[in-house]
Parts: sequence; C-alpha cells; structure tokens
Amino acid sequence: MVAVRYETAFKLYPYTPVPAATSGTVARHPVVIIGGGPVGLALALDLGRRGTPALVLDDHDGAGLGSKAICFAKRTLDIATRLGAGASMVDKGVIWNVGKVFHGDGKLFEFNLLPETGHRNPAFINLQQPYFEKFLVDAIRTAQGHGAPIEIRGRNQVTAVTPGKDHAILDIATPDGPYKIKADWVVACDGARSATRDMLGLSFDGRVFEENFLIADVRMKADFPTERWFWFEPPFKDSGQSALLHKQPDDIWRIDFQLGWDIDRDKELDPGRIRARVDAMLSSQTGSVPDYELAWTSIYTFQCRRMESFRHGNVFFAGDSAHQVSPFGARGANSGVQDAENLAWKLDLVLKGLAPEALLDSYASEREYGADENILNSSRATDFMTPKSEISQTFRNAVLDMAARAPFARPFVNSGRLSVPCNYDGFPGFGVDALKGPAVTRPGAPCPDAPVGQDFLLDHLTGDFTLLSIGGVAPAPVTQGEISTRVVHIADPSPDLAARYLGDADRAVYLIRPDQHVVARWAKFDAQAVKDALHASLWGAHA
Amino acid sequence: MNLNLDPNIDDPDGFYQELLAAHEGLDKQQSDALNARLILTLANHIGDRGVLREALEIAK
Ligand SMILES: Cc1cc2nc3c(=O)[nH]c(=O)nc-3n(C[C@H](O)[C@H](O)[C@H](O)COP(=O)(O)OP(=O)(O)OC[C@H]3O[C@@H](n4cnc5c(N)ncnc54)[C@H](O)[C@@H]3O)c2cc1C
Repeated sequence: MVAVRYETAFKLYPYTPVPAATSGTVARHPVVIIGGGPVGLALALDLGRRGTPALVLDDHDGAGLGSKAICFAKRTLDIATRLGAGASMVDKGVIWNVGKVFHGDGKLFEFNLLPETGHRNPAFINLQQPYFEKFLVDAIRTAQGHGAPIEIRGRNQVTAVTPGKDHAILDIATPDGPYKIKADWVVACDGARSATRDMLGLSFDGRVFEENFLIADVRMKADFPTERWFWFEPPFKDSGQSALLHKQPDDIWRIDFQLGWDIDRDKELDPGRIRARVDAMLSSQTGSVPDYELAWTSIYTFQCRRMESFRHGNVFFAGDSAHQVSPFGARGANSGVQDAENLAWKLDLVLKGLAPEALLDSYASEREYGADENILNSSRATDFMTPKSEISQTFRNAVLDMAARAPFARPFVNSGRLSVPCNYDGFPGFGVDALKGPAVTRPGAPCPDAPVGQDFLLDHLTGDFTLLSIGGVAPAPVTQGEISTRVVHIADPSPDLAARYLGDADRAVYLIRPDQHVVARWAKFDAQAVKDALHASLWGAHA
Repeated sequence: MNLNLDPNIDDPDGFYQELLAAHEGLDKQQSDALNARLILTLANHIGDRGVLREALEIAK
C-alpha cells in the first residue's frame, strides 16, 4: 500500500498500473528521480529535453496542497524559461515592487525595488508552489509530445534503495503491489524528510531555530495594495515578534506571525484566534477589517542544515533532501531548482559518454557551496528577526530605531535577502578572465540577461556549451572531443549587454556552460584557448 | 587605511564629558540602546571593513 500523507492541490500524474509490478521483470533505467516536487520535476524536464530518459517516482499523484513556497526568484524563472515553463509562471504570478517596513506602531521606511532594466524576467514573482509544479508538469507534457523520454509514475513509493557497483536497485510500493527497478543513477529529490537519506543511513546536521511561525493564507476580494508589509514587534494584539503580509495570485494573501518557541499549537491554530490576529493586522493600516476567508493555516518550525555530501556513489541528493533553510529569503525551492539545472547537463553528458564520470563530483562540490551560501544568508536573516541574546536584541532594535531617521541603517534591516544564484569563484573547471570585464560576468558567474534585438540574451543560451562573441567577427565553433560549442555572435550589442559583458572593451568572447555559468572570457578569439577551457570544464580538474 | 590608535580628538576631556552627558538620566537598558545606536552610526561613518575589523579586535 501507499500511504497518503497530504492532500493534493492538483492531480498531475494519476496512478496507472505499472506492468513490471505484475510481470516481475526488473527494468533498467538510466536516471530515476525519487520525488516529483519542484526539484525532481525540473530535473526530469531538463534531462528529457536533452534526450536522456528520466523516470520520476512520486508517492502522491500531484502537487501538495498547503502553504509552501510563494516567492520565485529571477534565476529560477530564467531556468524555467529555458525549460519552456517560465512564461506561464510569470503570467500567473504577482509582481510587486513596493515594500513597507514597520516597527511597532510606526513605519520605518518604504522601498521601491525599481528593477534593473533589460531582463526578460522580473526580479521575482509570488506564485503558489502548486502552480509552479503544475506549470513544470505542463511543460513536461509538451516536451513528451515532442518525444522527450520522460515518465512520471504517481503513487509509486520508493521503500528501499540498495546501491550497487554500477547501479542501484529500488524497491517500489504501488497500490497494486511492489516491484523493483535498476537504475544507473538515482537522484533523491524526496524533500526535507528524505526517505532515501534515512534508508542510506546518512545524517542531516545543522541548526534548529527555536521559533514557530503561524501561516495563514487568506482569500480577500478587497482592494488591498500589492505591497509587501513587514512588521518587527507588531503592535497588534498577540501578534508575536514579527509579521508579514504578502500577495499571491487568486486574491490570496500570505500572512505570517512569528509566535516564539513555547506555544500551544492546538490553541494557536484555533480559527477564532487566528482571525483575531488577522483582523488586527488588516485593520492596522486601513482602520477597518475587509471581508476575507481563511484558505489555509498551519504552524511551521524551521531549520538550517545540509548533508555533508550531495553525492553517494550512484545516488545524488538535490533540493530539500540535501539542504534545508528557513524560508526568509526564499532560498528553498529557488536553490533546489539550481541544483537540478547543475546536475542535468552533467548527467546527460556522462550518460552519453561525452564527459567523464568525475564531472559529477563537481555537482556535489558546487551545490554544497551554494547550500552553504544559502544557509549563511538564511541564518543571518533569522538571527536578525529572532535575536538570541539581550545584546543582539539591543543592536537589532538600535538598527530599527536608526532606520527611521538615517538611511545608513536601512541596509542592516534583514527580513530575508532574496535568493540570488551563487558564483563559482575559483572552482575547478572555471578558467581565465583574460578580458578584465565587468564583475557580474566573471568566470563562475551565472550570465545576467540583456536585450538582444527583439528578444533576450538568455534565449540564445539554450543549454549547450556556447561561445558568445560580442563585437568583432563571428568565430568558428570549437570542438573538443565530441563536443562542439554553439556560436552566438552579436555584432552590435545593446547598451545593457555592453554594460554587463564588455565594460570598457569593444569586443569580447565568452565560453558559457550549459547551465549558463561563465567558464572563461577573453578580449579576442583564440581557438586553442577556448579548446583548453572547454577541456578543463569537462575533464580538467579531474584529469 | 589603518585604525588610528594615536590621539585624534581635540579637547579629549570635553568629548568625554559629552559622552557621559548623553547617558545622563538613562537606565541601563536605555544606555545600552544609546551605545548600540552610537556604535552603528560611527561604524557607518568609518565604512572601511578593514578598519572596523581592527577596531573589533582591539576592543576585545
Ligand atoms: C512555509 C514555507 C514557505 C516557503 N517559501 C518558499 C519560498 O517563498 N521560496 C522558495 O524557494 N522556497 C520556499 N519554501 C521551501 C520550498 O517549499 C521547498 O524548498 C521545496 O518544496 C523543495 O522542493 P523539493 O522538490 O526538494 O522537495 P518537495 O517539494 O518536498 O518534494 C518532495 C516530493 O517527494 C515525494 N516523496 C517523498 N518521499 C518519497 C518516496 N519515498 N517515494 C516517492 N516519492 C517520495 C513527496 O511526496 C514530494 O512530492 C517554503 C517552505 C515552507 C514550508
């Protein structure tokens, strides 16, 4: 049997009987992904579009209902756009620019994010996680229509993982009984409570924050501004240490109350008590309580932790199974999708015999570093919001006091730093900076977007190794082993493109990885230098 | 830039008096809060992370 642990918002991959479950044959699959959350789905989609078969096993049949991620950052949207799912996310999502920060009764300051121009995607959107997952599945269905070898099996629960020398055996439970499969590679995307991690006896260490957050998603038709409101020490009754109000699509508002550690969960979840809190918050700025209904309520605690290693032989961990952060800064799903994109092209090349297996170790080292950066940011935000000692409380409140009267203190105010992708500075496989161009595009950095003609640069970086040439004449493709670079030549760069990629130079050549990170860059094209950099990116550090 | 550990304030007695005067009549909590605001304000004025790090070290 397969236990139902949660309700689904959308049924996306209903159960159908698996022939192997009755025939008893043990089929072999190149890649098996355990878990069809945002991370597993993004990985399957990326692999499938590259022509590498991906089988997703999920113990439910769709996206879980409830309050999870709402904030999706630009890098995630850029990845989703490359995978064919970005436009529907941005269409459905809510974009906001104005935020207000309050301390007690007073407003400290207001900010406008004034997004940088020349990007296809906004800095971030608010979108309920079930929609995010649905749009990924829609893109998977479209890709399957074009022949992408992706399969999702709902209500297939992995009950045992037995790693072997060059494969792993999975035991799977279905409503019609158990079966087994063999996988060359397994990717555990089975979430923070990862069963795979437990089955392999691996630890998940870190820091538990002694803090409870009450989350209320309320549906409200009232005309309320599309702004993010954040309170430190909110003045309304029983509201806790901090409170947040944020808009989502479908007239839903996310409200968070930070309740402290010693609470009575059942009492706090009493709808009457929640409504009293929400009434006080909503009326605090407008003087009256608009009509609303409680759509979903729950209490969460948070931790910051990660696995020591994201690779264990044939088994990889990605997303929440590998690392967990507090939600301030929205670094959970956002970083998990970056894990998926980092792993997809590497697995694809290794399975096609175009890159050495050791390339896969760079998935682990790069994304462990990314996880550390996210945990650092998320811990700093949590420490600011929930001061752990008298003196940290004193400094925190000093910052808030000063923020109202002096601009210098505002950047210290930390209610979460929005997820940005990390730069793989100095990592093996990244090459020279022979351009000395802008820092945002140095080797290791993810390519920032910029206008190119009627569309955008990232539209041209479609998932292969790419030689981007700006100004000068178009170079010929460079081949290393069986891999040839695509060439994207832009003779006349737009001002934004020039600012981000040329700086003071009048031309430049970039080698860019399939995941849109810069490998190396030069002031002029030198075929041998590109060949060497490409070699280093695939084999170099591991040769 | 290095942290300046040589005398740098005109009329040190006068400044010291002003510093104490700012705390006049405050209880412990209010004084701590004032100190924290002052540290942050001065730190921002200095700005240089190297100098601030040296100051943190020397003050320990
Ligand atoms: C209140 C809250 C707010 C958040 N806000 C944000 C935000 O704004 N932005 C952001 O980026 N992140 C946010 N997050 C984090 C985000 O929800 C997670 O990081 C994200 O869901 C992780 O995705 P995942 O695919 O790794 O795992 P999950 O979404 O947990 O998916 C795991 C999947 O694996 C399946 N599974 C588990 N065990 C098995 C098994 N044995 N066999 C088969 N299938 C299995 C599960 O059913 C599930 O479908 C928030 C989280 C919370 C709780």
